[in-house]
Amino acid sequence: MKKDNRYLKALAAAFPHTIPILMGFSFLGMTYGIFMTASGFPWWYPCLTSVVIFAGSAEFVAVNLLLGAFDLAQAFFMTIMINARHVFYGISMLEKYKGMGLKKFYLIFGLCDESFSINCTANIPEDVDKGLFMLFVTILDHSYWVLGSSLGGIFGNFLHFNTTGLDFVMTAMFVVIFLEQWLKEKDHLSALIGLFVSTAALLVFGAESFLLPAMAGILVSLTLMRKRLEKGGVK
Amino acid sequence: MMTMSQQLMTIGAVALATVITRFLPFIVFPAGKPQPKYVGFLGKFLPGAVFSMLVVFCLKNVSILSGSHGIPELIAITAVVLLHLYKRNMLISIAGGTVLYMLLVQLVF
Repeated sequence: MKKDNRYLKALAAAFPHTIPILMGFSFLGMTYGIFMTASGFPWWYPCLTSVVIFAGSAEFVAVNLLLGAFDLAQAFFMTIMINARHVFYGISMLEKYKGMGLKKFYLIFGLCDESFSINCTANIPEDVDKGLFMLFVTILDHSYWVLGSSLGGIFGNFLHFNTTGLDFVMTAMFVVIFLEQWLKEKDHLSALIGLFVSTAALLVFGAESFLLPAMAGILVSLTLMRKRLEKGGVK
Repeated sequence: MMTMSQQLMTIGAVALATVITRFLPFIVFPAGKPQPKYVGFLGKFLPGAVFSMLVVFCLKNVSILSGSHGIPELIAITAVVLLHLYKRNMLISIAGGTVLYMLLVQLVF
């Protein structure tokens, strides 16, 4: 009985934090499901990828990978590059996910942008089990995403509307994340380095192979600018 | 076109790579050991640059010199930014920009 209480209390505390994500993931997940079935895949593909991958941008890219030639190394390294930012979420959560026992494996598995944002910033009430709170945030986010993409996959087979341009949802999502980051930060030097280096790499190396040089360039530029960045850089 | 088993292996490769990016820091910096200052520095300043890179990544196939010259993308991104500054609601900004883009590429360009 006491144990049930602990779980219910953590779930009740976690749910309100996930409501914006319920809305966002229903829409993005459905769009993803429709996008994937419109690209010629069966309805359960978006459901499967959302269960096992659970990384929005990588899943959108996976659709393009699946449409191309069979190349496991390309799929692997492309995903490593797209999701490289997760490494930095992990670094930020090293402390918070400490001592979580078996829960830790699922918490890390589900460390997407949204779970990270909530679990990193939420003020968890004193009387709520922190580990369970973060576990429920991650489970809820994952469920919304799987539910959304499955619904999209099922409806994508029945709704035959013109989906040209639907993939812009990915661009719009990253523009919003970029903008949120821009509005939050006092110093735009890192964002400007990213913009300049990536654009330059795109112009030099072309669309198919610019990502790796861009990441290397960003690492080098940030390292060279370290002193200036840590002092506050350009305002 | 891939066979279904090739497709499932591709999905497996994407899943494995995702899991690796998420677990790596916890494996390299196990609980209780302090992380190098340089890693902390990157953790703090990399996100800004990464989000810029992702926006460029999304637009990598837009050609300024041919087709619709990137005009629908420019209009729709401007709409996303303005909507977001006005309402600050992720869902409205993303949905609004995407619908506008779809209308532009289907009906206008």
